Amino acid sequence: MAKVIMNMITQRSIEEGAAMEQGKTNPNYFEACSICEINPEDMKRLGIWKNTNVRVTSESGSVIVKAIEPSQYCPPGPAHIRQGVWANQVVPPRTQSTGTPQYSGFPVTIEPAMDEKLKTALELVQGSVGLWKGGK
Amino acid sequence: MPTDPTRPRIPRKRQPDGSMKEIPYEEAIDYFAKTLLAAKKPLIYGFGSTNCEGMSAVGRIAEKAGAVLDNCATICHGPSFLAMFDNGYPSCTLGEAKNRADVVVFWGCNPMHAHPRHTSRYSIFPRGYFTGKGQMQRTVISVDPRETDTAKLADVHLMLDQGHDYELFNALRTVLRGHDIPDKVAGIDKETIIKSAEIMKKAKFCMIFFGMGCTHTDGRNHNVDHAISLVRDLNEHSKCSIMAMRGHYNIAGPGQVWSWQFGFPYCIDLSKGTHAHMNPGETSSIDLAMRDEVDCFVNVGAEAGAHFPIQAVQHLKKHPFIAVDPNFCMASEIADLHIPVRIAGVDEPGVVYRMDNVPIQFKAVLKGLPGVPSDEELFDKVYERMCELSNCAPIWLSAKEDRKYPHNTNPVVS
Repeated sequence: MAKVIMNMITQRSIEEGAAMEQGKTNPNYFEACSICEINPEDMKRLGIWKNTNVRVTSESGSVIVKAIEPSQYCPPGPAHIRQGVWANQVVPPRTQSTGTPQYSGFPVTIEPAMDEKLKTALELVQGSVGLWKGGK
Repeated sequence: MPTDPTRPRIPRKRQPDGSMKEIPYEEAIDYFAKTLLAAKKPLIYGFGSTNCEGMSAVGRIAEKAGAVLDNCATICHGPSFLAMFDNGYPSCTLGEAKNRADVVVFWGCNPMHAHPRHTSRYSIFPRGYFTGKGQMQRTVISVDPRETDTAKLADVHLMLDQGHDYELFNALRTVLRGHDIPDKVAGIDKETIIKSAEIMKKAKFCMIFFGMGCTHTDGRNHNVDHAISLVRDLNEHSKCSIMAMRGHYNIAGPGQVWSWQFGFPYCIDLSKGTHAHMNPGETSSIDLAMRDEVDCFVNVGAEAGAHFPIQAVQHLKKHPFIAVDPNFCMASEIADLHIPVRIAGVDEPGVVYRMDNVPIQFKAVLKGLPGVPSDEELFDKVYERMCELSNCAPIWLSAKEDRKYPHNTNPVVS
């Protein structure tokens, strides 16, 4: 069990793009986006197996995602959460005065969170603005 | 005609207990108009998935409301715009890329995932006029910190250290100008950089496509600035062109339409009432939200709920929040008012711009849901209601000879 500092990238993937067209409350979207792609070497440093839940914390928030082996090779050091609701829980809104947030290349702390549960897209977004009433 | 039961057909307004209640369109339009008029500085954002007719119509509302008008480029290729203003945009059409490019560079973009038809229609596989052998004739260079599926297709993969694009552009330009570079730049060996520069230099036509790897990371517009300068340098030796990998259906559209209307492509502050003002960092959606400078948010054909950093969403939600979207989405599920519209390009015809800024006329392939307006019709009605409420003539509507909805009582040209 260890905390590891990694460099977060959040970008598009075909899995996310296809699932998004089915709707963001669709289980496929949950499946595609509530993950964090981590190189097996970094998983060793974290002391976890693949498909373990981890807590990702940045300067602006934290989110529980499932650590998986990269679907497209990612070297040790960077980690990748696919663009979407889960990624944007931790994306810093700082823009270097250009209007565009720091979607890629921001430091995060990743730690194992085996006992934590993944939240749905609706729970994360509605919950963040005080509208979440429970349910699926 | 098959109708999709999952699509909303009636506007929904949030009740004090947090639930949503269906209301008629008239009531929704009235609330929309009143909310915009009451707000000191509303922000109208989105438009990646609307047609140009809708973008033009919303411009009139924004002007009337003294709003800030912004589109998805603000969180996407906005920095590319900034670089283009500074350094020009020596670009071409996708047809030219297909017919001429024998070296294709994908810098910080992954079309196999983000633009799945791009490689087969324009950039890697198709046989063009001067590129009759298709993929056999093209050398592909990918610049990406991950070995993406696009990088796997490439002949050369420059797997740079994340966020060091600026240095790598710099190294390539230095090599092209005949100077020496360090043994390693941005994590890439000197030999590989020299080899890549040679490939680009010897190309008959080199095409650079760049994406979010340049604009979402450290450097932002400066990365793109350097990319454009690299194109200029390469044109000393050969032919080279560059193109932004614009995402989303019609995201090139608002840049065109609003530039005709207001002179700026995005981050347009109309709150001064006399002239439009653009200054990303100040008048951009995320910055306005984070500084709490807007007091109403309208999300049209985009997904601020899912794709803004969540802190920005929390700030925006402090004030009235209106979503205009054909489907249920994260923005609609936190909105105070959700108005469904037809889907541009599916059950609503119109003009959309391709990523190379070529306009394309779309036909509707399905009949629209009964009673559901298009973006343009909705915004025209909101504009009309705003004019009614503020006791002035809807001058822009009477100037519209081809107004689509039936209450056109005062056409200038009949």
